[in-house]
Amino acid sequence: MNSFILPAATLWRRELVRFWRQKSRVLGVVASPLVFWLLIGSGSNDLARYYSGALVLTVMFSAIFSTISIIEDRREGFLLSMLVSPAPRTSMVLGKILGSATLAWIQGMIFLCFAPLAGVRIGILELVPVVLSILLISFTLTGLGFVIAWQMESTAGFHAIMNLLLVPMWMVSGSLFPMATAHGWVRGLMWANPLTYSIALLNHSLEMPNAQPGALESLVVTAVFGLVLLVASGILAAQKTTRSSA
Amino acid sequence: MIQVENLTHRYGERTALRNVSFEVARGEIFGLLGPNGGGKSTLFRILSTMMAPGEGRAIIGGCDVVRDRAAVRRQVGVVFQTQSLDKALTVEENLRAQGHLHGLSGARLRERMEYAMAQLGLADRRKDRVEALSGGLRRRVEIAKALLHRPPVLLMDEASTGLDPAARRDLTRHVERLREEEGVTILLTTHILEEADRCNRLVLLHQGQVVIEGSPQVLRSRIGGDVVVLEAEDAKGLAAAIEQRFGLRASLMDGQVRVEIENGHRFIAVVVEAFPGAIQSVGLHKPTLEDVFVRETGAQIE
Repeated sequence: MNSFILPAATLWRRELVRFWRQKSRVLGVVASPLVFWLLIGSGSNDLARYYSGALVLTVMFSAIFSTISIIEDRREGFLLSMLVSPAPRTSMVLGKILGSATLAWIQGMIFLCFAPLAGVRIGILELVPVVLSILLISFTLTGLGFVIAWQMESTAGFHAIMNLLLVPMWMVSGSLFPMATAHGWVRGLMWANPLTYSIALLNHSLEMPNAQPGALESLVVTAVFGLVLLVASGILAAQKTTRSSA
Repeated sequence: MIQVENLTHRYGERTALRNVSFEVARGEIFGLLGPNGGGKSTLFRILSTMMAPGEGRAIIGGCDVVRDRAAVRRQVGVVFQTQSLDKALTVEENLRAQGHLHGLSGARLRERMEYAMAQLGLADRRKDRVEALSGGLRRRVEIAKALLHRPPVLLMDEASTGLDPAARRDLTRHVERLREEEGVTILLTTHILEEADRCNRLVLLHQGQVVIEGSPQVLRSRIGGDVVVLEAEDAKGLAAAIEQRFGLRASLMDGQVRVEIENGHRFIAVVVEAFPGAIQSVGLHKPTLEDVFVRETGAQIE
């Protein structure tokens, strides 16, 4: 048991220490969603409407950026020595995902401090579901990041994935426009998009009006999506013991 | 300690290893010498359990690198050519994390860390972040990290890459001490002759094949006498003329003519006399591993 927990714990800790020592990373991750939010929200005179979308974008940026470091780390970095250590791959995956998810959650929490700007007032008791929702969303998006990153040989193709998959996914998640007024096929996309349920979950916990789909449905879909990604990460990492390229 | 039997590995069409076999005895410093692309890295990947070989097998400490991967990983320490340290962490933090990966913790881990840092002369730099260390020190941290779980076998891939000669000598000293004091079996890959010369035994790898195997002394003694190197404007013509006139083998390499001969100093006098004005410079040296490599493969290492 020790040989499973210990590697996972040490990786988790490593993520936090690195993060603490490179505080400028916080600025990079929180700043752009904040600017987007202030511009779009102020422009349309409805900061509250776009708040949860911007918060999820912060979490997504953080989750993706810290998992994408796997690609470099595996070729030239700490991950190399992990790959030849007796520690089980699943414990490494868990440690990495726990670490990255914690960072994503912390940055989500930082963004939560701007809630009063959106006119959102949260009492102490109402804070609990908000904090937990952000935690769950952090895990799910970190899992997504891991599954993408582990399969990539270099960071070269990453921008394409970011711009063609992740950002559009966020756009049709209810962060910019509600499902109710969306055009037919876009509405279909939104319905099939797991991120839609993450945004809705956050909206429900923030007690925003007109959150869609329902609270329970959003919670279940987000949790199941996260679990599937976590299991997929474990399977992927355990499989890829060899690299065929020179 | 290490047995490599008929290893063959292909990347698509390209054959990286062709029927490679050798054995490394306990407590030996064993070198894999060869040019880049000779198959060293592929062999290293297989031995360090990063990759399974196409054909053949490799045994370390009685365990198969494919079937008993976990057992092999407990027995070997691996020093990579590229950096495997976390630069944002301190020396101690890097070692501690490595210990955790091997299931070490508490007093046992602390004792191993102290020991590894003392062995590699890192004790006074323990609180420094790796990014603040010189290349030579970083390499030493890599070795300390690889030794933390006290493996009987240390695998090092071009460990002295990018180091200046002083740092390289320093590293060699540490490695030799490990062998003497700890009886660690060390397998290293290198393309640096000076480093290969300090191995107990080595194999020359060229185009995925073992060209020759033996101790540096034995390999060098395959070349009788001296090596004479001549530079000439028309090196090709000179080589042909020497072969014709003296009945010797004169090989051509990078515009230089090389001749292996006993009592080279006498030959120099004769050859310069024989072709007045044709020779621009003359060199004489005792056989090096490079000469052995050139002789066996017709190619150069570096």
